[in-house]
Amino acid sequence: LRRKKIDEAFYEELEEILIGADVGVTTVMRLTDELREEVRKRKIEDASDLQPILSEKLVALLREGADEGLRMAESGTTVILFVGVNGVGKTTTIGKLAHRFKSEGKSVLMAAGDTFRAGAIDQLEEWGRRVGVEVVKQQPGADPAAVMYDAIRAAKQRGVDVLLCDTAGRLQNKTNLMEELNKIYRVIQREMPGAPHEVLLVLDATTGQNALSQAKLFGEKSGVTGIVLTKLDSTAKGGIVVAIRSELKLPVKLVGLGEKMDDLQEFDAEQFVHALFAGAIDKEAEAGSAG
Amino acid sequence: MAAFESLTSRLQSVFGKLRGKGKVTEDDVNEAMREVRLALLEADVNFKVVKDFIARVKERAIGQEVVKSFTPGMVIIDIVNKELTELMGGTQAKLAKAAKPPTVIMMAGLQGAGKTTASAKLALMLQKGGHKPLLAACDIYRPAAIKQLQVLGGQIGVPVFSLGDKVNPVDIARQALQHAKDEGRDYLIIDTAGRLHIDEALMEELRQIHEGVKPDEVLLVVDAMIGQEAVNVAQSFHEQLELTGIVLTKLDGDTRGGAAISVKAVTGCPIKFVGMGEKIEPLEPFHPDRMASRILGM
Ligand SMILES: Nc1nc2c(ncn2[C@@H]2O[C@H](COP(=O)(O)OP(=O)(O)OP(=O)(O)O)[C@@H](O)[C@H]2O)c(=O)[nH]1
Ligand SMILES: Nc1nc2c(ncn2[C@@H]2O[C@H](COP(=O)(O)OP(=O)(O)OP(=O)(O)O)[C@@H](O)[C@H]2O)c(=O)[nH]1
Ligand SMILES: [K+]
Ligand SMILES: [Mg+2]
Ligand SMILES: [Mg+2]
Repeated sequence: LRRKKIDEAFYEELEEILIGADVGVTTVMRLTDELREEVRKRKIEDASDLQPILSEKLVALLREGADEGLRMAESGTTVILFVGVNGVGKTTTIGKLAHRFKSEGKSVLMAAGDTFRAGAIDQLEEWGRRVGVEVVKQQPGADPAAVMYDAIRAAKQRGVDVLLCDTAGRLQNKTNLMEELNKIYRVIQREMPGAPHEVLLVLDATTGQNALSQAKLFGEKSGVTGIVLTKLDSTAKGGIVVAIRSELKLPVKLVGLGEKMDDLQEFDAEQFVHALFAGAIDKEAEAGSAG
Repeated sequence: MAAFESLTSRLQSVFGKLRGKGKVTEDDVNEAMREVRLALLEADVNFKVVKDFIARVKERAIGQEVVKSFTPGMVIIDIVNKELTELMGGTQAKLAKAAKPPTVIMMAGLQGAGKTTASAKLALMLQKGGHKPLLAACDIYRPAAIKQLQVLGGQIGVPVFSLGDKVNPVDIARQALQHAKDEGRDYLIIDTAGRLHIDEALMEELRQIHEGVKPDEVLLVVDAMIGQEAVNVAQSFHEQLELTGIVLTKLDGDTRGGAAISVKAVTGCPIKFVGMGEKIEPLEPFHPDRMASRILGM
């Protein structure tokens, strides 16, 4: 932030940065109200003292629950279910995560639960070839719950460490498709007590306010436990996860940073918050060097 | 989602307070404008675009009817609606047509936006209109991207030109054009790989495809759920490719779709079509008035 004094213009600039990062206007107004309160209480006068306070607040909020990483089964197979709207990066993230578990020496199996989209099974199989992991599949058009049933049986039989379950993308307002997802979820629960150990909602960082509705409705139908924020290699900031974290308490567990198998990282709250303000800091540097 | 209040009820609560006071003041209009701003931001319209828009609407509102009106809320909604519709309107959803066929249409956009699906829908639309489209598979990067297009082409009975994933997309596009000419196909639809607007190498590839086939139509495919970044994305693609139109996808969802305004505002390109589902059905024309109501939550 460029400004030195805490005035209305300062708050307005701050608001614009956060809204521009897709944090969402309601959350932004709540955050700035809290900041105003803080300024009054602590008698803060300099803007440079306020910025770290806001950053710390955001980091604390986002860090909660994200630090622990993925929840793994104490013994036997860990089952991770991937859900989300169309085209966000579910299948790609599964490929990347399979690669990561493999390189940790774990045995991995993938379930081709997207039997709907053209080429979806082939896409997962191609990832399977790349990272050396087998795919449990049926024909296109098959019942995805039946694929999950097969996959869990196979995982038990072979005693694999991790089973990664792909599902077809679906918009959260499509009742039938959401019920189909609910059935998938219940079959997994029924066939293996304790499973799924994680249900990861994949969110595209370029998404705006609709992500909140995604988190709510996918949560209701498939018991989402965490978020994977993909496409953070873009210029989008993915600020909507701040609103999701504060309203629904869902932590971001992983971030996607590209299309290759290594482009997956643990979520780093500090780095994320730094990037939220990065554009503004660049501007400051520019202004500094120009003046 | 219920969290969003419609602009109508927001403005009712603004002007409800005035009842009995009689006259609408400039302050009242300012308060109403704050509500309009909130509604647009909640709908994901870019904040800079919102700023310009509010300035324009306010001028119009203060300049005329509102102050004298007995129903100021209605007047403001009417002005906002008209301005939004105008902003998104303009040239209607008509595809360019080459003087000498084939007409070449190039699809571009971010990863997962819906390019491949929209390509197939466009092909189906043209085929139903009595044309003979050819699809070209120029995404050699995404696993099974070619297969996806081939399956979709198969479903609708439109041929797909592919040279596998070992040939440069620029060469695939050029050879597809030759193939379309040889086979008497009157439309060529080029599906390209998804890419970030900041990916220099891949944006250069798009420019080369453009150079190689001289498309009559360059369509940016945009996911209706996109947020504030829509302006940067659209601007970059427009600067590098001279877009001729926009396809807005996934409008069958419950998103407000404020990106429609952002994208139109920064490129000036008409939104030519919308995607309304995963199934391959013809693309649908864009209706600016319906979109305005949707964005405002009415
Ligand atoms: N730049 C970038 N692209 C990504 C990332 N993750 C996925 N993608 C790309 O986004 C597109 C969609 O990814 P998919 O994995 O097919 O998404 P999906 O959610 O499985 O899609 P559906 O199954 O169709 O709903 C592909 O082109 C991926 O290569 C990421 O972190 N960064
Ligand atoms: N509900 C809905 N889904 C859509 C629509 N258009 C595309 N999709 C879905 O969105 C996902 C991505 O679509 P694609 O056509 O593969 O997108 P793309 O831009 O070609 O993706 P990449 O090639 O990976 O960049 C798929 O699951 C499609 O079925 C639409 O209008 N509505
Ligand atoms: K980013
Ligand atoms: Mg997928
Ligand atoms: Mg594609």
